[in-house]
Amino acid sequence: MASAIEAHDEHHGESARASFRGVTRDVSNVALKPIGKWWYPAFGVALMMLGCLVVAVVHLFQYGIGVWGNNNIQGWAWDITNFVFWVGIGHAGTLISAVLYLFRQDWRTSINRSAEAMTIFAVACAGIFPILHTGRPWFAWWMIPHPNDMGMWPQFRSPLMWDVFAISTYATTSILFWYMGMVPDLATLRDRSKDKVRQVVYGILALGWRGSARQWHRYERAYLILAALSTPLVLSVHSVVSFDFATSQNPGWHTTILPPYFVAGAIFSGFAMVMTLMIPARALFNLKHIITDDHIEAMCKVTVATGTMVGGAYAIELFTAWYSGNMWEWFTFKNRILGPYTWAYFIMVSCNVIAPQFFWFKRFRKNMVFVVVLCCFINVGMWFERFVIIVSSLARQALPGQWGYFSPTKWDGLTLLGSFGLFFTLFLLFVRFAPIVAMAEVKAVSPAAHAGKDDH
Amino acid sequence: MEADNTPTDEPTATPVDHGDAADHGQAGHGDGGSDEPTAGDRELHGLLAEFETPGALIAAARKVKNAGYTEFDCYSPFPVHGIDDAMGIQRTKLPLVVFAGGAAGLIGGLFLQWWMNAHNWPWIVAGKPTWSIPANVPIAYETTILLSVLTTFFGMWMANKLPQVWHPYFSLDRFAKVTDDGLMIGIDAKDQRFDLEQTKQLLVAAGATDVEECYRDLRPEATEVPKWIYGAMTVMTVLAIIPFALAAKARRSTSADPHWHIFSDMDFQPKAKSDQAFPEFADGRANRGEIAGTIARGSLDADDAYYRGLRDGQWITDVPADVTVDRDLLARGQGKFNIYCAPCHGYDGNGHGIVPERVAQAGGAWEARNLTAPETIKLPNGQLFNTVSNGYNTMMGYAAQIPVQDRWAIVLYVRALQRGQNATQAEIPAGVQVR
Repeated sequence: MASAIEAHDEHHGESARASFRGVTRDVSNVALKPIGKWWYPAFGVALMMLGCLVVAVVHLFQYGIGVWGNNNIQGWAWDITNFVFWVGIGHAGTLISAVLYLFRQDWRTSINRSAEAMTIFAVACAGIFPILHTGRPWFAWWMIPHPNDMGMWPQFRSPLMWDVFAISTYATTSILFWYMGMVPDLATLRDRSKDKVRQVVYGILALGWRGSARQWHRYERAYLILAALSTPLVLSVHSVVSFDFATSQNPGWHTTILPPYFVAGAIFSGFAMVMTLMIPARALFNLKHIITDDHIEAMCKVTVATGTMVGGAYAIELFTAWYSGNMWEWFTFKNRILGPYTWAYFIMVSCNVIAPQFFWFKRFRKNMVFVVVLCCFINVGMWFERFVIIVSSLARQALPGQWGYFSPTKWDGLTLLGSFGLFFTLFLLFVRFAPIVAMAEVKAVSPAAHAGKDDH
Repeated sequence: MEADNTPTDEPTATPVDHGDAADHGQAGHGDGGSDEPTAGDRELHGLLAEFETPGALIAAARKVKNAGYTEFDCYSPFPVHGIDDAMGIQRTKLPLVVFAGGAAGLIGGLFLQWWMNAHNWPWIVAGKPTWSIPANVPIAYETTILLSVLTTFFGMWMANKLPQVWHPYFSLDRFAKVTDDGLMIGIDAKDQRFDLEQTKQLLVAAGATDVEECYRDLRPEATEVPKWIYGAMTVMTVLAIIPFALAAKARRSTSADPHWHIFSDMDFQPKAKSDQAFPEFADGRANRGEIAGTIARGSLDADDAYYRGLRDGQWITDVPADVTVDRDLLARGQGKFNIYCAPCHGYDGNGHGIVPERVAQAGGAWEARNLTAPETIKLPNGQLFNTVSNGYNTMMGYAAQIPVQDRWAIVLYVRALQRGQNATQAEIPAGVQVR
């Protein structure tokens, strides 16, 4: 990728090696040189938000989930909304690291590391919510099949157990894939570190990587296999999350379109989050020559494509409800659009369907401030999508006695804010200490990687 | 590549780094002269040669292979494509291992669900058979991927013989360039074709810009594990045993202390239960007794004979007016007797119930009264009723469990047992006699 690396003469060894050194220097300086002053206040704010999560969770443990706005009618509300939202955010990371790798989209190398990190941190945030939602989270380990003195086993035919397996497999795979991809770069940091602590820590994490051709051979093969395994996995994860709804009998949830609709929405929201994070990060770390405007443009195009798919899903869902002739289904959708949650429905449609249409035009894709602002709208819109599906479907059930309205409490708000705190705390630690760009991969896809070969 | 034509930012947005030359200076191995091992204390590990471009590395690797070397490897900051063929690297068997791992995940996932939900604890869900595969597919799918991923990850590191935190080449400053821009070939001295001078010449002829000898330091301070590491490992081993020792001790001993309540699980609620202390009340008790001079609605119990078995201070010998003796009442009495009395007194009232029997089995001696013996027969009805209501010796009262009418029914059934146990042959009606 010439955009990443200057290589005036591919056959001239010194310029090829200088381009490799440029990548090494620019990326490892982020982790090894003192970080910019902006980091400390940012980390402070993130820690304060994380503190909100700690306070909210301790309060919840003490008093139970009655502190949330959930009630008999709205048994699922912000807790599951936040869960689905965060899982969805994670999906773009896997899509970039695995699916685009299989399609040999070389532009992914500049952003895959940070997108994978985002995946892991988003899954960590997501994992909190179903566990808190159980009411007695200290018994969450009962979901792990293990011999016990109660003689009980999990009920494997419940979609909620499928969730447990899908999310934990996804978290494990994402962490291993991320870490494996990072090992050669951790070795780079190990060899560039000047102080003993970093040398030892990076040295242990790099596992003694030597960059030998025999090691690279197996490593590349393993990387390909993990990419090939992650692709069906990522499709299954949000499908399984959608089964939580689709296998119920509740109008508004009980539809076969939910799995593909959820997966498209997950990729959509994930790409928006990647851009929200990476556009400021590349400016702060002077990495605009590695994460280029072209990469941002490519992501904008993915966003408009998936956003339009999501819009199509909204329309199909509505059409099916009407065409089915099912009174309850049609009522639920009329109620979703015109009922007490009409405000939420129109926030969702304007943020998710209308907003991304700007990305059809190059001048909007090239304006980074505009892209970040629009991605923030998409993030908001995708949160509202889950809110609309979950809360508006429960608010008007078959009996008028089951009609209600969900009002969040301050503990709902603190928990959501706190989950962002956890996410940003982890992400800021990542950019502070880890190789934020996959150096070895960027070098491997650059023209300089072929310098001196006969066929060039 | 499309992206090649796009304009780029300058890569030198950060201040120019002058450190490269210093980082990879040719100063040789070791930092100071005194740390240098002498010729007798070191062993030649191999030769490390540096090349200028990936293409030169591939060409050189092919020459080294063609010269018959097998114990050599190439080192590069990224996977150099084309080098596998030049070096003659066999394709890794990793995919086969991963396939086996995935198959184990699939079979294991299905077996787990079958054994737990259909075999060990057959569980009917949604009216389906206990083993209905479609609903078991998602979890089997996930376990297949999970096991495949674990096999890939750990299999790759095992095949690469990592983690291996130290290697002789790490002692060369030059080798640090491998993770930056360095392209190198290392030939092991243990290769049977290895000869210091000839191999060096081969590498130079293959285009090496630099060839360096790598020595393995044999002095004890470089090869022996420091003593403090053994000490630390011993301490950590001992510390790691402590939790298991405590758990083992707890399993073998008893304690009068209550369990730890890490999570209260609503076990402790801000309310008083019966017979608890409650300092807010003047008498310090949670129980609120009857208020003096009052009687609860329906609890007047004015009929002494019916409620207490007394008339004019004497045990009654007849039955109270509210008790109608008939077959139904005796049947009721039999039912209640068999529930409440028979465990100790036995179904025929002779005192050989299951409880005395168990006491005897356990080596103790405790007897229930024989209700059909003459000394019980002569007790008045009122006194029997009082015993059923309020207990006697070690027997507790049953007034709380059994309503008044049923207690009278029990008394009358006991009388029937006494009659039956002491009947003569002639008194038994014709047709029910047992020979």
